[in-house]
Amino acid sequence: MAEQVLMLALSPTMEEGTIVSWHKKVGDSVAQSDIICEVETDKATMEYESVNEGTLLKILVPDGGKAKVGDPIAVMGESGEDISGLVEAAEKKAAAARAREPESEPAPKPAAEAKPSAGAEPAGAPAPVSKPQPTVPPTPTAGLKASPLARKMASEQGIDLRTVRGSGPGGRIVKRDMEKALRRAASYGPAAAVGVAGPALAGAAGAAYTPAAAGPTASGKDEPVPVSGKRKIIAKRLSESKYSAPHYYLRIDVDAGAMMAARARLNTRLPKEAGGKVSPNAFLIKFVAQTLKNYPSVNASWQGDTILHFGKIDIALAVAQEDGLITPVVRDCGSKGIVQIDRELKVLIDKALSNKLAPEEYNGATFTISSLGTSGILEFTAIINPPGSAILAVGRIHKAPFVEDDGSIGVRSQMMLTLSCDHRVIDGAVGAAFLSDLRAMIEYPIDHLY
Amino acid sequence: MPVIAFRQALKDAMDEEMARDENVILMGEEVAQYNGAYKVSQGLLDKYGPERVIDTPITEEGFTGAGIGAALVGLRPIVEWMTLNFSAQAFDQVLNNAAKMRHMSGGQLKVPIVFRGPNGPAEYLSSQHSQSFQAFYAHIPGIKVVAPSTPYDAKGMLKSAIRDDNPVVFLETELMYASKGEVPEQEYLVALGKAHVKRAGEEVTLISFSNPMHMVLEAAQALEKEGYSAEVLDLRSLRPLDEQAVFESVRKTNRCVIIDNDWPMAGFASYLGWLVSKNCFDSLDAPVELVTMEDVPMPYNHAMELAVQPSVEKIMNAAKRAMYVL
Repeated sequence: MAEQVLMLALSPTMEEGTIVSWHKKVGDSVAQSDIICEVETDKATMEYESVNEGTLLKILVPDGGKAKVGDPIAVMGESGEDISGLVEAAEKKAAAARAREPESEPAPKPAAEAKPSAGAEPAGAPAPVSKPQPTVPPTPTAGLKASPLARKMASEQGIDLRTVRGSGPGGRIVKRDMEKALRRAASYGPAAAVGVAGPALAGAAGAAYTPAAAGPTASGKDEPVPVSGKRKIIAKRLSESKYSAPHYYLRIDVDAGAMMAARARLNTRLPKEAGGKVSPNAFLIKFVAQTLKNYPSVNASWQGDTILHFGKIDIALAVAQEDGLITPVVRDCGSKGIVQIDRELKVLIDKALSNKLAPEEYNGATFTISSLGTSGILEFTAIINPPGSAILAVGRIHKAPFVEDDGSIGVRSQMMLTLSCDHRVIDGAVGAAFLSDLRAMIEYPIDHLY
Repeated sequence: MPVIAFRQALKDAMDEEMARDENVILMGEEVAQYNGAYKVSQGLLDKYGPERVIDTPITEEGFTGAGIGAALVGLRPIVEWMTLNFSAQAFDQVLNNAAKMRHMSGGQLKVPIVFRGPNGPAEYLSSQHSQSFQAFYAHIPGIKVVAPSTPYDAKGMLKSAIRDDNPVVFLETELMYASKGEVPEQEYLVALGKAHVKRAGEEVTLISFSNPMHMVLEAAQALEKEGYSAEVLDLRSLRPLDEQAVFESVRKTNRCVIIDNDWPMAGFASYLGWLVSKNCFDSLDAPVELVTMEDVPMPYNHAMELAVQPSVEKIMNAAKRAMYVL
């Protein structure tokens, strides 16, 4: 029996997806887990694996088209099946959605082959009579077959039943289908990461940005640039953070000499095959994690009625991408060594630069570090990356004159650190003590082994 | 622990209770001189004499009513029905006297009586002598209905039934009388109204009682061989019913199959199915399945006789339907 292929929630916060490209064309046979298309979600481009098998009979949302989660994007079944009813239902639904949301962009026109062919109609069938549409939009899951347990699981786990394929009689969604959907959701990312769902973004970048070669615009005139899903979410999340969290900033200068010497020593001793030089960021992450162990109130999140102290130290590093930025997270840094952190970070950064991070790899950081040192920036302030309550902005490590305790002037490797704190969670004195301890950690790490 | 037959366990229970309390008497057709139609009362006449072990005329309404009267004035009679099929003759006595006296006297009267005998189909007994009566009796408020499946439960529950101040219908089956099981030598009681998890499982709950339990356990083993984990619940008592044990199990496994060797319409399984649907609604992954006798009078032909009753295969198929694997 032909069935609609629905847009799935490919990230925990995804409400709508854009079809980047179809990998299958009408008439292709599709096996379970075949990639049928690529979908741009709010954060990344994901591959849409088919949960169904059959023949792709119709594409309802063409390349570049958008669909809300749960909306049909294609029809699959056995070749030669009459799918005019399904297509009509899908189009009516799309029309109803447009009517309900006049402000939304018009849905893209169905692909040319989407027109029901006249030959599919039974000969002599009366022309379809258009029935009056109900004025109240139907409940989304009404009429959808699911066992009571499946419905309960869906509501508890926040899974949209319309995105789950039922394997029971008549397509009933049963426990095993929900378990499969939950596994799928887990592989795309935690549904409710530490209280604050949603892609996490920071206010600064870690990789180089290449400016455009030519003038402002090619034509010399103003040009509107479409806002990508990622750009939208960056705009939304950072505005939310900056408007809701009362930020304050603490700045401290740090002697990075010991850290850089340690790094040089480590890099000469590391076997070549171990995976390249250890980045200063790995040292910083480790020092921050070590300091955070003494400051549970900095490794915390404002939850409205409560303040959540995180059980693990998950530190994100802001990474610039061509069309935005993303914050891959190294998990449980408190229990990992510098080299391990570095190796994990390299994998994450590679994925970030090729747009392949899964949501669980960039969500739910408890603390974030942003570094613009490689761009030559001396110091800057960053916007807090929720659900965390603090972000550390790291400036360029540079040789600078310094007045020693005895009044003589020396030269040292200096680095400016700026901590942005959410005052709802971290008071000034606490933030200051944390930052001061972090400096001591970076300058005299051996002290912390006593 | 000694291994004894079901009929021996019943005899031992009556023997111990008659020794313990001189008000306990046994009456029914052939219970005394013939030692019972199924030899359940073997030796009791010799031990307790004709005043306490009484052969009655073939008149169920009469001796059932006499037993109820005796209970009202202080004895604790055990009335043996040669089969539950014959209890239809005595139905008015049970329905209108045994079940009602306590209620209609405002608690002044009590009816401590046990009605016991083989219930349900045996073999080659045709339509009139192969019937199941659990639904008829469990339907009535004011009496207890119990149906053990092992010698251990039979002995412990019959002793509890004799000591109970309410009328108890105690359901045995002809096919179980020779079945054997471990029964301790020392005295024990099994409370009425407690179900027993015979086998723990994860994916489907099989609920039954009395003789079909053996088939249900066999089905659970066969399901395990195929990779499915079935929990088996022996209700043991239909009224009072251990609802919590049922709900707990179904909420764990999310699937429920009820096996009742009785007609389906207005049957005990139907009622239990409704209870589960109502109380475990959000935990159910599939409709409650019933495996019952077919909705027909029992055929005499043996192949057909077996075909209309629950079987291991029918139970397995129902479990698989509930798990969506059939």
